Amino acid sequence: MSDAVIPGTRIGAKPSARAFLHRNPAVARLGLVALALVLWEVAGHTVLDPNFLSPPSAIVAAMPRVLGDPGVSNALAASFLELVIAFVLAVALGLAIGLAIGLSGFARRATLPLVLLLYSIPQVTILPLFVLYFGIGAGSKIAFGVSHGIFPIILNVVAGVQSVDQAHLTAARSMGASRLQTIRRVVIPHTMPSLFTGLRLAMSATLLGVLLAELYVSTGGVGYYTRIFADSFDPPATFTLVAVLALMAVALNEAVRIAERRASFWRMHW
Amino acid sequence: MKSRRFDWHARAIQVGFVLALLLFWYYLGRSGAVSAIFLPQLPRVAEKFIQIVQSASFYNNLAVTLFELIIAVAIASLFGLTIGYLIGRSRYAVLVFEPLLAGIFAVPIIVFLPLFMLFFGIDIESKIAFGATYAFFPIVLNTIGGISQVDPRFITVSRSMGANEQQLFRRVLLPAALPVIVTGLRVGATIGFLAILGSEMIAGLRGLGSRVANLAEGMNTAEMFAYIVFVIILAGILNLSLSTMQRRFAGPRSAA
Repeated sequence: MSDAVIPGTRIGAKPSARAFLHRNPAVARLGLVALALVLWEVAGHTVLDPNFLSPPSAIVAAMPRVLGDPGVSNALAASFLELVIAFVLAVALGLAIGLAIGLSGFARRATLPLVLLLYSIPQVTILPLFVLYFGIGAGSKIAFGVSHGIFPIILNVVAGVQSVDQAHLTAARSMGASRLQTIRRVVIPHTMPSLFTGLRLAMSATLLGVLLAELYVSTGGVGYYTRIFADSFDPPATFTLVAVLALMAVALNEAVRIAERRASFWRMHW
Repeated sequence: MKSRRFDWHARAIQVGFVLALLLFWYYLGRSGAVSAIFLPQLPRVAEKFIQIVQSASFYNNLAVTLFELIIAVAIASLFGLTIGYLIGRSRYAVLVFEPLLAGIFAVPIIVFLPLFMLFFGIDIESKIAFGATYAFFPIVLNTIGGISQVDPRFITVSRSMGANEQQLFRRVLLPAALPVIVTGLRVGATIGFLAILGSEMIAGLRGLGSRVANLAEGMNTAEMFAYIVFVIILAGILNLSLSTMQRRFAGPRSAA
């Protein structure tokens, strides 16, 4: 196998950087990101107006200053807390509603169209109503996050429950399982993969809802500081905040993905 | 699957629910149990709705938002389709770029909204840029997916029968990838619309979103409700026309 042709190399050519990149697309990807950062850095020192776009080095240099501000770190912590509460509520409510709808054919036919109808409403337009009813504090952010996150959970739980094999239900019942036992031992494990898809979608949806509400009106959360930094033409501070939020989003997505792998390990033993 | 057929049963439940909600709203408003600031009376909102539809400023705002949406979707389609096609044609490029684009799309782009405001100002330019950015990702990702998933045997066969690059594109790649691409365009237009409304609400001078936000700030709840009802109807029309378009172009093979 020593003379196997590596895609992208001419036969006889010595293994080059090109061939290496061809075998490792991930390295090429990292290289592109690095190249973009370098170009940004160079442009930041030459053509770009520092009032609008500062080079990456300036952003990194500004990080301790921005994150050291107790107001900013409190705002980040507050927004993170809003997100966590909203996500937990969305999951709990979504799971309960999803199971209630999914477990009965009648309930599904009667209420699923309503869930779909509500889901089709562009939620940003009713954001002022959330502020009106829940105030300008954390309440409206949490409520708006829940209203975003709950739908993926409901729809995925319903889909998961529907996908349970009828034969498994019959078998469980014929072996004397009560309704509760059937739900716990058969329906819930079966719904897991679908539920985790819902959790991942719900995490990004909840984050979107919380951030939208934060940016719309905020008294002490990240939305308040993004506005302050943007208004005062302090791009390194804005970028720092955006970078922390983006990192938070990626970390939370990864956390849900890891939990998914943990929780559905049993599927591999089938 | 019966999902293709028009589902009368579900439709009836939805209409019944909306009617019940309106009735509930009407009687709740009449009973005086809820302050009119929190829930304006239904007849007042209907009155405002009719006034709004007859006013010139309403059409200006509507035109601004639709203009932003059309330009944003046009820009996103131009870049998304071209870049998606170029990436989708090469297996290697798919391996390099697809995870990169999907990774960026996993970050909520809303966190970058302050930067859009900073670069493009507070007027319609920032809304167009923000909407186009949001719409770009589903379009480019679906184009990559559609083009790269064309069965390579189709390409080999048509090449061996002497198809040139243009014929290959028109007769093989495009028809095979179209359902997926059209889905991308539909999703892109939908979330582009949401992104534009959202950015107008957060900071804007014109457009339906900023009108709603202004009315909310002025505690002019009746008129705000009327505007919200209108935007929801508009979104419904948009949704319906996009799914009709999808069915026409993508045909019965469309997966999503």
